Amino acid sequence: MKTQMTKRMFSTACAAVILSVLTGCATTADNPKDPYEGFNRAMFTVNEGIDVVVKPVAQGYDAAAPLPVKAGVGNFFGNIYDVWTAFNNFLQGKGGQGLSDVGRVLVNTTIGIGGVFDVASEMGLEKHTEDFGQTLGKWGVDDGPYFYWPLIGPRTTRDTFGWMVDSYADPVWRIDDVPLRNTLATVRFVDLRASLLPTDKIVDQAAFDKYNYIRDAYLQNRRSEINDGKAPIQGRDDTECKQSRCY
Amino acid sequence: MKKLFFSLLRGVFLLLSVSAFAQVDSPDALIKKMTDEVLIIVRHDKDIQNGNSKKAIELVETKVLPNFNFQHMTALAMGRDWNKATPEQKKRLTEEFKTLLVRTYSNALTGYKDQTVRFKPTKMQNGDTDVDVKTEILQPGSKPIQLDYSMEKLADGWKVYDVVVAGVSLVSNYRNTFNQEVRANGVEGLIQMIDAKNKQLEAGKK
Repeated sequence: MKTQMTKRMFSTACAAVILSVLTGCATTADNPKDPYEGFNRAMFTVNEGIDVVVKPVAQGYDAAAPLPVKAGVGNFFGNIYDVWTAFNNFLQGKGGQGLSDVGRVLVNTTIGIGGVFDVASEMGLEKHTEDFGQTLGKWGVDDGPYFYWPLIGPRTTRDTFGWMVDSYADPVWRIDDVPLRNTLATVRFVDLRASLLPTDKIVDQAAFDKYNYIRDAYLQNRRSEINDGKAPIQGRDDTECKQSRCY
Repeated sequence: MKKLFFSLLRGVFLLLSVSAFAQVDSPDALIKKMTDEVLIIVRHDKDIQNGNSKKAIELVETKVLPNFNFQHMTALAMGRDWNKATPEQKKRLTEEFKTLLVRTYSNALTGYKDQTVRFKPTKMQNGDTDVDVKTEILQPGSKPIQLDYSMEKLADGWKVYDVVVAGVSLVSNYRNTFNQEVRANGVEGLIQMIDAKNKQLEAGKK
């Protein structure tokens, strides 16, 4: 049900984008990466509205669940996702990492009792996270304009497409038992929201304009992820302040 | 011949040990020391854990602040606009930006629980004056978060000039916002903007 809802909202959003482009109402942007800022800011407001309901639920879960439960929930969904990470690592030609991820899934599903315990990390098999947007990036697909979608939040055009492929491949949505599927999807969503609670607080404090701060952080983070943490920090070279020479 | 060899060897050892003494703390040792000290205090201080920001700010000011080069951080956040500021404005900008960063960082500390820090080996060669010290924040149930400190060697030792979390530079993330403000209201406008934000945080509105 939720996926349908998401999909419907998604297509509505797409229609809205096309509309806003046609009417030219979103041409006030300062950032070349963000040509649809008007639309994006509207969707940002929508999400802040949705979050008024979601955040207290996540806070309740965070406060009520003891640490081992929260860790178990995170590990369980992490283990399911590791399959997709492995697949994307192979697609990106990172066979070694892919094999390590396959090993993680085998170890955690068996010794880790269905993925609840992340035994593999203790064994030194490091956790990676790869999605299809990163794979496309690795293949040289340009990221395109930035969007802020309802529910799923910030995505570049390429990563929006990547997200659709990720969702299509998502095993949770393929479970036939509808109540089980919806329960799992809801728990995963709440767990994800809860994991973002500490970041929330920092962003609220640090940001002059929350929308700008999140956009710029998202774009930096994606660039780093696609290059597996080896991307140069943007804007560091054009400052004339290398090695304190300018002050 | 043999004697000469040994005296040479002794000379080399002497030189090595002297240079070891003269050397300042290596950048990764500095970060490890700083992190360990802060973590020990945070883990034992119930006030900080419960969100006492005054105590957290005190901790950051004594343990963290001396290892940071805020002037470089401010310059990095402003980019080309930094050179539009007069020396007096640069001073005020640095003060305001420092206050903001200390507040944000202290606040992050009060939310701290259950995490541990892993230090990764630092790639560094003799004579390097600019290195990245890499650490990881481990928390049960999720992927480790990369936390890197970019450091430069100054006359009084190694100083941090950027903090990078999951590939996001907490300093250059301000670049767009700052540039936009300077374009609209000049350097003076930017100083006022940061000052207003600091006052708002001080008042505890957010």
